[in-house]
Amino acid sequence: MTPNTAKVSGDPYEVLCAFLKKESGLIIDAQKRYLVESKMQPIIRREGLNGFHGLVDILINNKSAPLAKEVVETMTINETYFFRDKVPFDKFSQVVLPKLIETRPAYKTIRIWSAACSSGQEPYSLAMILDQMKAQLGGRRVEIIATDLSEAILAKAREGLYSQFEVQRGLPTPFLLRYFDQKGDKWQIKESLRSQVQFRRLNLLGDYNAIGNVDVIFCRNVLIYFDNAGKREVLAKMRRNLANDGFLMLGASESVLGTSTEFVADPMHRMVLSPADANLGAARRPAVAAPATPAALRAAILAG
Amino acid sequence: MTTALVVDDSRVVRGFISKILESIGFVVQQAENGVLAKAACEKSMPEVIIVDWNMPEMNGLEFVEALRAMPNGHEPKVVFCTTENDIKHIMKAIESGADEYIMKPFDRAILETKLDQVGILPHSVETSALAAIG
Repeated sequence: MTPNTAKVSGDPYEVLCAFLKKESGLIIDAQKRYLVESKMQPIIRREGLNGFHGLVDILINNKSAPLAKEVVETMTINETYFFRDKVPFDKFSQVVLPKLIETRPAYKTIRIWSAACSSGQEPYSLAMILDQMKAQLGGRRVEIIATDLSEAILAKAREGLYSQFEVQRGLPTPFLLRYFDQKGDKWQIKESLRSQVQFRRLNLLGDYNAIGNVDVIFCRNVLIYFDNAGKREVLAKMRRNLANDGFLMLGASESVLGTSTEFVADPMHRMVLSPADANLGAARRPAVAAPATPAALRAAILAG
Repeated sequence: MTTALVVDDSRVVRGFISKILESIGFVVQQAENGVLAKAACEKSMPEVIIVDWNMPEMNGLEFVEALRAMPNGHEPKVVFCTTENDIKHIMKAIESGADEYIMKPFDRAILETKLDQVGILPHSVETSALAAIG
């Protein structure tokens, strides 16, 4: 690749930040410059580019779509670990799930969406909790849909293969023994648990129709990367996908105060939010189509 | 003040673990093998024990079995911290009465996580989701 820096005007760091915002909604402040540069250095070296200028030139001039995608994915991957922050998982098992079991008929599938799931630790933690609570679920079906912007990180999540360090951060040893197989110096989530999570690529600034209606959304430590307009957009769209009596789980330090009126926090459980218009009925919000299943598609075709 | 006993034949590892524990408010004692650790427990039972597996005189597994047979030996939380990283060793440790298991190499975050999981991390105000769901 031939370096060409002539077309980049202004601070390339700022140009890159504008590019990332446009492509993914990601907001990066000036203090993160070192982080951005250190994440981009391996790409710059591998491609033999003329530093930051060279990389930005390729991005803004659409010279390499795969490289642009890689840059966005590299910057949007979050470090995560099993049962991260612990408390939201307490709330899920002690408050949210009992409420859903109480209010949903046994035949109704409970649908949980892990938005921005990164390498899969969050949806797999949820799958472990659900397995632990099998008796309370009384045979109810539960679907876990996990989405992320990055194809690369979704591939890792689907494989469910983690290093020794990754499985020791947050995961209790009895869970390691129960839900993982040892593969050399790595640990892989057992197939029975992996098959419970559907991983899909999704840009949170894009269309959520493929997700369908859900009962719980885990959207933790994601909104912090959006500006206010981006946050409002994401929350408004999530509201349309969430059941009227559903729950939105935010990160421990996150809040919708001053950003959105779509949700209200439970005064007893800060990071558990409910739709603000829940009591006004479903008529207030546009319906979201249920995801098409092969059986539904077949029935539709047969019906003409 | 929460009391801790760090049992490892490596002075460097004992020092590393002790420093972390002291920085989060533990009062730490050290022992370089199972025999000395057992003697320390007979004198004064700590609230948490971080123990290596491979040590001269009495290994970690033998020490935990001996500890659990002592009067009040069920009281301390026991966390193995060892290079024995295969599933058989981990199972054996848990069956012998250990509460948690750390595979070396490890870092401060992992040690703190494990202390939290056994309910012994000072200043921890939230109960574990996992304890609640059993």
